[in-house]
Amino acid sequence: MSVVRRKIREFGMPRIIIIAFILLILVGALLEGQDMATLISDSLVRVGQNMLMALAMLPTILVGAGLNMGIAIGIVSGILGGLISVELGLVGWGGLMFGILLAICAGTVGGFIYSLLLNRVRGSEMLIGNYLGSTVVYLMCMFWFAAPFKNPTIIWPMGGKGVRTTIPVSDFFEKVLNRFLMFKIGRVTIPTGLFLFVFLVCFLVYLFTKSRTGMILRTVGNNPSYAAMSGIHINKARIIGITLSTVLAAIGINVYAQSYGFYQTYEGPLTMAFTPMAAILLGGATMKNVKIRHAVIGTFLIQTLLTTALPVCNQLFPESNLSEVFRIIISNGIILYALTQAGGDRR
Amino acid sequence: MKIKRFLMSNAVPILFAFLCIAGIRLSGTPIATILSDVVNRFDRNILLVLSLIIPVTCGLGMNFGIVLGAMCGQMGLVFVTLMNLTGMTAILAAALIGLVTAVICGILAGKLLNRTKGQEMITSMIVGYFSNGIYQFIFLFLIGGVIHISHKIILSGGVGIKNTIDLSHLQYSLDNLKIFGLGGKVDVFTGIIFFAVFFAACMTISALRNRKFDRNYIIRTAICAVFVVASLIMTGQERFMMAKMLIRIPIPSFLLVTFFCWLITWFMKTKLGQDMRAIGHDRDVALASGIKVDQTRIIAVVISTVLAAWGQIMFYQNLGTVDAYYGHEKVGTFCVAAILIGGASVKKANIGHAILGTILFHLLYNVSPLASQKLFNDSMVGGYFRMTICYGVIAVALMLHVWESRNSGLKEKRGEKKSGKPAKAL
Amino acid sequence: MKNTAATPVLSICNVGKAFGENWVLSDVSLDIMPGEIHAICGENGAGKSTLMNILFGMPVIQSTGGYTGKILIDGEEQKITSPEQAIAKGIGMVHQEFMLVPGFTVGENIKLNREPLLSSLASRIFGSRLKKVDFAKISSESQHTLNRLGVEMQESSMIETLPVGYMQFAEIAREIDKENTKVLILDEPTAVLTESEAELVLNIVQHLSDMGIAVVLITHRIQDIKQVADTVTVLRDGKNVRTVAVKDISEGEIAQLMVGRDLDLTAIEKRSGELSGEIALTTKNLVVDMPGEQVNGVDLEIRKGEIFGIGGLAGQGKVGIANGLMGNYPTEGEISVFGKPLKLNSPKDSIAAKLAFVSEDRRRMGFAPNLSIGENIAAPSMVAHNRFFKKFGFFEQVDEKAVRETAEKNIQEFQIKCTGPDQPVGTLSGGNQQKVCVASALELSPDILLVSEPTRGIDVGAKNTVLNTISQINREKGVTVIFTSSELAELRQMCDRIAIVSQGKIVEIMKPDASDEEFGLAMSGERREA
Repeated sequence: MSVVRRKIREFGMPRIIIIAFILLILVGALLEGQDMATLISDSLVRVGQNMLMALAMLPTILVGAGLNMGIAIGIVSGILGGLISVELGLVGWGGLMFGILLAICAGTVGGFIYSLLLNRVRGSEMLIGNYLGSTVVYLMCMFWFAAPFKNPTIIWPMGGKGVRTTIPVSDFFEKVLNRFLMFKIGRVTIPTGLFLFVFLVCFLVYLFTKSRTGMILRTVGNNPSYAAMSGIHINKARIIGITLSTVLAAIGINVYAQSYGFYQTYEGPLTMAFTPMAAILLGGATMKNVKIRHAVIGTFLIQTLLTTALPVCNQLFPESNLSEVFRIIISNGIILYALTQAGGDRR
Repeated sequence: MKIKRFLMSNAVPILFAFLCIAGIRLSGTPIATILSDVVNRFDRNILLVLSLIIPVTCGLGMNFGIVLGAMCGQMGLVFVTLMNLTGMTAILAAALIGLVTAVICGILAGKLLNRTKGQEMITSMIVGYFSNGIYQFIFLFLIGGVIHISHKIILSGGVGIKNTIDLSHLQYSLDNLKIFGLGGKVDVFTGIIFFAVFFAACMTISALRNRKFDRNYIIRTAICAVFVVASLIMTGQERFMMAKMLIRIPIPSFLLVTFFCWLITWFMKTKLGQDMRAIGHDRDVALASGIKVDQTRIIAVVISTVLAAWGQIMFYQNLGTVDAYYGHEKVGTFCVAAILIGGASVKKANIGHAILGTILFHLLYNVSPLASQKLFNDSMVGGYFRMTICYGVIAVALMLHVWESRNSGLKEKRGEKKSGKPAKAL
Repeated sequence: MKNTAATPVLSICNVGKAFGENWVLSDVSLDIMPGEIHAICGENGAGKSTLMNILFGMPVIQSTGGYTGKILIDGEEQKITSPEQAIAKGIGMVHQEFMLVPGFTVGENIKLNREPLLSSLASRIFGSRLKKVDFAKISSESQHTLNRLGVEMQESSMIETLPVGYMQFAEIAREIDKENTKVLILDEPTAVLTESEAELVLNIVQHLSDMGIAVVLITHRIQDIKQVADTVTVLRDGKNVRTVAVKDISEGEIAQLMVGRDLDLTAIEKRSGELSGEIALTTKNLVVDMPGEQVNGVDLEIRKGEIFGIGGLAGQGKVGIANGLMGNYPTEGEISVFGKPLKLNSPKDSIAAKLAFVSEDRRRMGFAPNLSIGENIAAPSMVAHNRFFKKFGFFEQVDEKAVRETAEKNIQEFQIKCTGPDQPVGTLSGGNQQKVCVASALELSPDILLVSEPTRGIDVGAKNTVLNTISQINREKGVTVIFTSSELAELRQMCDRIAIVSQGKIVEIMKPDASDEEFGLAMSGERREA
């Protein structure tokens, strides 16, 4: 009995609840006669396109800066990179890869400046990161207005200036990754290329955590005073971690856009931070301990939940966005739970 | 030297005052038009901003969780609409519903914040988002979905309430309230005269009771007199006609706001207020001297939530239509930005900061689209500009707070005395 | 000024306290008369703070099973179970850390949570917490107390603008303001004060005694005891070594009573043969700004292959020296290692010069709690020497196998009790954590090993392992050791030479076989005439 209980505790109550919820929804979907193959295919795509965002949370937790609430900085950098690629009219693999390359450059610059700011506010990174992120999103809103893009896909058809709120990539690199080596099992579509790419990035990050720099980052995150005493430059380590996180988000949004079919500009990036945060926490990460599998498992659970819940909810309450309400409650509930677990001073 | 110190310690409000002046010049709108709008916005927002003061004093920082209170107020408004109440009855009923729900929500939020000491601001922020989800769940699905009601504000499908709810049945019922035929909305000059006389009377009564007619009393009464005289002169003149016609002062609402300001000041001088100040300065010391820290913090959150609930009701009785699902969402951010622009910090906020901040923030809010229309030929840029300012001000204020608290002297000295080691290593 | 009333205001009779099996205080008895200034001194861990916690009814005592023996106030036995009760019985306490609200005035602090209140309409309806605070009364009453104390201070001054010494006055005034305070406990009241401020505080203590209040003065500073106390009690290892009138004892004797201790360790093998005489490390005018352990100009010459001890009373700067050498705190002066000058204030350069450090502050700076034993042992070597990596072209990857093997080797050698190399160090016991710290320092294969307080807070078994390993490394590999400890017995057993530090300077460098008296004298800061 106690063994079972310990196993349950190791697995974590939040995960059990969410899995139970997913099963419940799946049963509901079956009973309603939903198309299960489509549901599973959709879930797989959603998992793949969102995973890098959750992975982006890992480096900041690793260096002890908590969840990266300013991930919007990485996202707008990524969008900027992708849009430049679209502007140049690059298509297919070349377009996407060039976009990602530019995204990495922009993300590095943005992340570096962001990390310099966060280094001065140690202990309050999450709160301040959140507001810095929002500030940057609105600064970029002004930039999108004046941005010197010329490609008619990007700018408004009337007036000839200003970026649209959604930019379709269908003529450029939509689903380049998803379609690569795509195959079907029965009627379930497997987006092989998407997963290959995402897992490649995960593997590279894994290699990074096991490198010398990765070790240094972990030591800093675990005990900064000890790290300083061992001759580690703490601020440098944190710059690396926060910048890496921003870059991962910048890559992530391009992977997302090629799968989703659109870039969302203006206020779009604002709400994107919370689901990945909830994902990595749900996967089992805490403010002190984080592993790549937490991002993978967490994204898998939360995205499956959200994808499967959508049609079921629509069936139950037509013309409503119950699934969006669920997303808000679940993501923020998980974050809130994690905050209380991390505890402050109890006194 | 004195001037320099004044400029340094009030740098933020002064900077924003200049921004506002520049905006007014750029927009080219007559000042009377702008002011009439600002008076309205002030009426709507001031109580919400005032609700931030007590948590700051109690060391909880900016309570982004006033979103929770705003929701409670909104809930009250929706329920009185469902009950078909109108006028002042509706407002009082909504205030009562808001009070009850806000007390419950405030206690829950306070308990949560007690579990996350040192991270209160981010927790209160997430509490806001989370409860927004719960709120939407209630009004999108429970009403109609579980509790079957038929009313014109329910969506045609019978489940969930409409996006925007018309409040014309109670709009302005506080602003236009008349007691013995007095009150309601008056023109700006009558308003100034009324409040100048009112303040002078209050001060005189208090001075008579304490038998203390000191310099402060004389100066303040003199200022009131100047206002009265100036208004009397201006009210008859041709060129102020536009101002007189456009700017309408809702006397009952402003009296209510004055009452709340007085209440907060009075409250800070009670034992509970003194305890909150002590906790705000140093939680450990307060605890060691026997103050019930956790309980007091919960009370602070409850007061803030209740004030926010009432604030939201005041907001909508003036505006007249409720944005049922998103009306409360950005309340926390806007109010925090406003009080910060007024010169408050995470550690220190008072009524002056709230009033000045609300005026400046809404001046800027009002003029920036028009100014950008003139500058860039596009009003949207101004909209984004004010959002940038809003979030930027919060980010900068929070960063300043962290820097300052790192250099604060006493903590360090205490750290030394306690362990023989610095508070922070290297 | 001694009041000679017959009954002691406070009597402690055979009081003892155990935390689990460990008796930190046993059979302590003392009597304190009204108006007496009674000093209690002893080294860290001698039981002073436990005794004070018992007297003040701190929760830590109650939650760990209470105490044995009796406490009498005015001749009547009292069981004190909470601070509130202690206050009600007339015991006041000025804690080691400041208990003042920085943004309040002195007056508001004096009356903190005891404010005079005025009832109002609201308080009658909503309860007493809405009573109005009577600020006028706060001012007048607290100013009266300050005047009574003989301090020239305005009650309206803000605490945060005051010098540290005046904060101390405010705390004392707060205790005196409580009407029935009969005994005032002052915990290290002069520790962070400058000489002149300390002087003022001591004057006030004298003044309190004249007012008939008994003062219990807990302190390391022997000069303070000599200056104001009537009686001194020396605690050592939880026992009352001696209670004696101050006029009958010298400073050297007090110090000697504090540190003299019997050996409870296995003997360390004696050094065979002579040292080469080569110089390993020199410092010139070393100044380290380590708060609470300030070093004010130290010149050292440490020979290769020796174990060099640094001793002294707490707060005098002995642990500052090693921290300065490692660059952990702002340092000035000159350091050279094997003839080469060392870059100051850079832990990285110190480690590169083959220095390794076992910190005195194990819990905060000793290890990374969530990393495994293996990772903790390997981490400093990874950072400093790029060890434990496999190369793949551009990449370098942690060689998990090598980390594991090293961890297993060390677990065996140090007999670290654990579930395996993967156990996080934070979950080990104190002694085993210390073993990991020592192992990780040794893994750097240093030329000079700096160990500070290696046996603080660990059990006897672990003590022996740690000390034996250090001496073994010294004897077999010729590693020079700088050994800082507040335990004289340990120093004498381990070291070839022992430097005694007082007030941030080296008083004397002594042989381990010098007498207790000589050590005591040196620790009290008096240089022996050559």
